[in-house]
Amino acid sequence: MLEFLKFVIAGFREATRGQRLYHLWMGTLTVFILIGVYFYSVQLREGLAITGMHDHVSWGLYISNFTFLVGLAAAAVMLVLPAYIFGDIDFKRVVLIGEGVAVAALIMCLAFVIADMGRPDRLWHMLPFIGYFNWPSSLLAWDVIVLNGYLALNIVIPFYLLYSRYRGRKADPKKYLPFVFISVFWAIAIHTVTAFLYAGLSSKPFWNSSILGIRFLASAFSAGPAFIAVTLYFIDKHSDFKIEENIFHKLGYIITVAAQINLFLLGSEIFKEFYHPTAHSHSAYYLFFGYEGHNALVPWIWTSIILNVLATATLTIHKLRRNRRVFLVMCLTLFVAIWIEKGMGLIVPGFIPSQLGEIVEYFPTMPEIFITLGIWALGLFVFTFLVKIAIPIELGYLHLKQSSTSTQGVEHA
Amino acid sequence: MGFFDWLFPARRKAAGTEQPAPPSTAGGGSYNRSVSRRDVFKILGGAALTATACSTPFSSKEEKELARIGWEEFFQKNYREMTQEERDQVVQRLEQKARLKRGVNVNIKNTPPQEGVLFGYAINLSTCRGYRDCVKACMLENNLDEEMAMQYIRVFEIKKGKFDVEAGEAQYGHEVPAEGNFYLPMQCMHCEEPPCVPVCPVGATWKEEDGIVVVDYNWCIGCRYCEAACPYWARRFNWQEPSIPNEKLNRDQHYLSNRDRQKGVMEKCHFCVHRTREGRQPACAEACPTGARIFGNLLDPDSEIRWILENKKVFRLKEELKTEPKFFYFMD
Repeated sequence: MLEFLKFVIAGFREATRGQRLYHLWMGTLTVFILIGVYFYSVQLREGLAITGMHDHVSWGLYISNFTFLVGLAAAAVMLVLPAYIFGDIDFKRVVLIGEGVAVAALIMCLAFVIADMGRPDRLWHMLPFIGYFNWPSSLLAWDVIVLNGYLALNIVIPFYLLYSRYRGRKADPKKYLPFVFISVFWAIAIHTVTAFLYAGLSSKPFWNSSILGIRFLASAFSAGPAFIAVTLYFIDKHSDFKIEENIFHKLGYIITVAAQINLFLLGSEIFKEFYHPTAHSHSAYYLFFGYEGHNALVPWIWTSIILNVLATATLTIHKLRRNRRVFLVMCLTLFVAIWIEKGMGLIVPGFIPSQLGEIVEYFPTMPEIFITLGIWALGLFVFTFLVKIAIPIELGYLHLKQSSTSTQGVEHA
Repeated sequence: MGFFDWLFPARRKAAGTEQPAPPSTAGGGSYNRSVSRRDVFKILGGAALTATACSTPFSSKEEKELARIGWEEFFQKNYREMTQEERDQVVQRLEQKARLKRGVNVNIKNTPPQEGVLFGYAINLSTCRGYRDCVKACMLENNLDEEMAMQYIRVFEIKKGKFDVEAGEAQYGHEVPAEGNFYLPMQCMHCEEPPCVPVCPVGATWKEEDGIVVVDYNWCIGCRYCEAACPYWARRFNWQEPSIPNEKLNRDQHYLSNRDRQKGVMEKCHFCVHRTREGRQPACAEACPTGARIFGNLLDPDSEIRWILENKKVFRLKEELKTEPKFFYFMD
């Protein structure tokens, strides 16, 4: 118990110390979080009327970001699987970073769901036994289980590994490997369940397609590792934790193959919607070309497609992918492209036209945008915090007995 | 919209649910956001007020009583899991709340479904003229919020020669019936297989024994999954605190129908539970000047609706989705 307390104190100390750049970064994030908190308090008082949502488009920016971030959380499996199960030495070093991304992404997911709820005060109604947990029939109930379970797994496994290392003991694979196996399947489950949440609605032909689950996974396994690659670059640059070239190469393969599959699936959907358009293609028309004079999402989705094709094509060429600078820029490009595609590009057209063919467009309002930014800032804050503690432990700077902290921690992630 | 308007988010109308009359209001309600000075003060002062409200002792007996009711409501069970005794207590509490908050006596019932009753509705498309008297009657009967212009019934004007609701226009603002058109009213279809029910993560919406799909406004968490799942766009969300002045308040209420709703929860057509479980007609059927609306018990072989099902060629909307609506259409 005393050891644990020391661990917590040392971790906290590590996270609150750093160079000026680190404090600047965390300070900026805090400002955004506080702005988000202010607007959320307005939303709590006034209701969701302060957002751009209405009875026609009843899910907007919050649920769009939620959907995308579930994919980001799931992507950790692409590091976990090779590292723990196939014993890939290269990935083993960075897998903790991947799990940190998962934790941060899941916290953002839960925050977005709560931000979207009309009655967050009644969250306890979802608790099994105490409330009325409508499982297994509601896919949202499934989502609650898989998201919270995955969050727990991604906290427990890295915590055990780091705590063992902090105490100078060897982690016992018998204790943690079973959980690693579970977490691999769990990661696939979170994104599948989230896809089924939409695909299960017969009222929405745009979502009601069997390809949705696999498309979610393909896009997640390209955008997620792309994000991890970018964070690894910053960690490599700003800390003593050096990332080998090999890791970037391997991540590059994963990102590229997943992006290629994602593009193929996108093509399949476009073919089906437009070869012989039916009444069920109206949402796709609205998204890609505009429908009956309404075209708010058209520039948005084409930006995504252009970025997506550009990044996938560039990454496909070995020479370009192996160039560190090109690789990182393309990772960011892909990340943005998929954020658009799996966010507003997926959720909003599901509601336009409405079930009765009416068209009312959706534009997020400023309070809604600031709440969204606040939640993103919260995620980045959590991620930086976790990485800042994990790295000195991994490097052996931070351990029991000599619990004084490192001189050169991570500045920036 | 002024550049700084977003700093002061104001109340606004729900999109696409404009008043049917007068015509001048139709069509423009989607993004209306008028900010009054009062609203600005309310928002700026709101934070300070809530901060002080928590620390100061309750000023009056009423406030104390309301706070107690608030606590009890917070821990209230799902209506479906309550015993009759608990349901009685809950409606008494709600009546007390109305007395304290509004200063009026309301009568809130909790009549259970009646044996051997399954409600159904049939609309005669040949006689519907698109007057929307049903819409107005529904708004008054069910205490629907005026600021959000909430409506449960939507009447579509469809060009003759087509039979496609999606090609119809619900926001017509001209004199009816307009040449070359017919009219098709829609509301909750009270499906036998309602897609909105299984999706609810907390079981706050369900189908009663008499076939009516209801919402427990005190249990709903406001995730709006049901609103996305309904193929008939029958569900409505309270984007802000609904308000209805006392002089317009219908005091004949039921827990599952027209009692005071709250911000952040779903609501929908409930076939006027408070009337129909007492053998009366729903407000929309009573209001129809052309007799196009026929409501009744599907299990009663002598009912008018059964006669229609047996003697007319009836159909339902989106039958391919297998939701089995109990809302039929026919023509003479």
